[in-house]
Amino acid sequence: MTFPAKDFVSLLQEVGFDFFTGVPDSTLAGIIAVLIERRAYVPAVREDEALGMAAGAYMGGKIPAVLMQNSGLGTSLNALVSLNLIYLQPCLLLISWRGHDDKDAPEHMVMGQMMTKQLDLVRIPHRTVRAETVREDVGWAAQAFMAQRIPVALLITKGVLS
Amino acid sequence: MRPEEGVLTSRSRAIGAVLALLTDELCVVCNGFPSREAFALRDRPENFYMIGSMGLAPAIGLGVALAQPRRKVVVFDGDGNVLMAMGTLATVGALKLKNFIHIVFDNEVYGSTGNQPTISQTVHLEQVAKAAGYRNVERVRELDDAIYEAKTMLKEDGPSFLLVKVSELSDDVGRVEIEPAAMTDRFRKAAMKGTAS
Repeated sequence: MTFPAKDFVSLLQEVGFDFFTGVPDSTLAGIIAVLIERRAYVPAVREDEALGMAAGAYMGGKIPAVLMQNSGLGTSLNALVSLNLIYLQPCLLLISWRGHDDKDAPEHMVMGQMMTKQLDLVRIPHRTVRAETVREDVGWAAQAFMAQRIPVALLITKGVLS
Repeated sequence: MRPEEGVLTSRSRAIGAVLALLTDELCVVCNGFPSREAFALRDRPENFYMIGSMGLAPAIGLGVALAQPRRKVVVFDGDGNVLMAMGTLATVGALKLKNFIHIVFDNEVYGSTGNQPTISQTVHLEQVAKAAGYRNVERVRELDDAIYEAKTMLKEDGPSFLLVKVSELSDDVGRVEIEPAAMTDRFRKAAMKGTAS
């Protein structure tokens, strides 16, 4: 079962997310296409730059979301720990889980195995999106975002969103 | 010591002179001495001082400028900072925000870590900014010129890039005495002033 990307984006917009930036991944291609169509996407050149833009947008009154492949989490580590976590700058992280179940190209394997541990290490709450529970997953993210004022991650595996 | 150091203005004098021009503009200041000097010279609720996340000042400024298109956003940056995230110059050039002004105080060294040289003596950052698509680009060596260009850029449509050559001297200033989370709250309030939240 897959969940339509456009309905996923609508859910995010309904709960208040109104600033989207990031760096693409094939797993996120459907979401990004919808965001571009709705003129709601600001492309970034690096994932930590996207986190910076999201932090600025938050302080300007927006509710930001940042899209990235999990390789971008490596690039983002310093921004997460020395910007988001100490300044209490929240954002929703929509992270594609490449290297999930050890099925992917070799460059994704190590990050695929360590990603959730890295998120745990920096105490970023995360949840893996399932097509059957998308509404609850988005609701959880919105609630965690408001409550803790830190980044909250929804992990997206291949084939869950169309 | 660089040969021209004697004739260059100090960064804190340049920062002080530009800060004195600001009214309700929002100002994002990069990490290291620029934030500490700006805080000591003229603290204001519209200033956001960074500690950490080196290189991200213009990215944060872009986010603010996108969220608050009617407010002018000024970013105070350094040469080491720009070199660390030079891709963001391209993002600025692509977004072409009219309310974005990027002021780089270029002392050719990493001042906070002991004045190790950067490569900005050879790589002229204003040329990179021009190639990336900034609308107005200037490079100045005199304080009077810095003030004149900053005044002009505050009036005209951006994105604008002003590179001010400064000496590698830093003021003897303390750290920013605002907790990071309180910094976020104060700046957010100043940025959202006049808009429905």
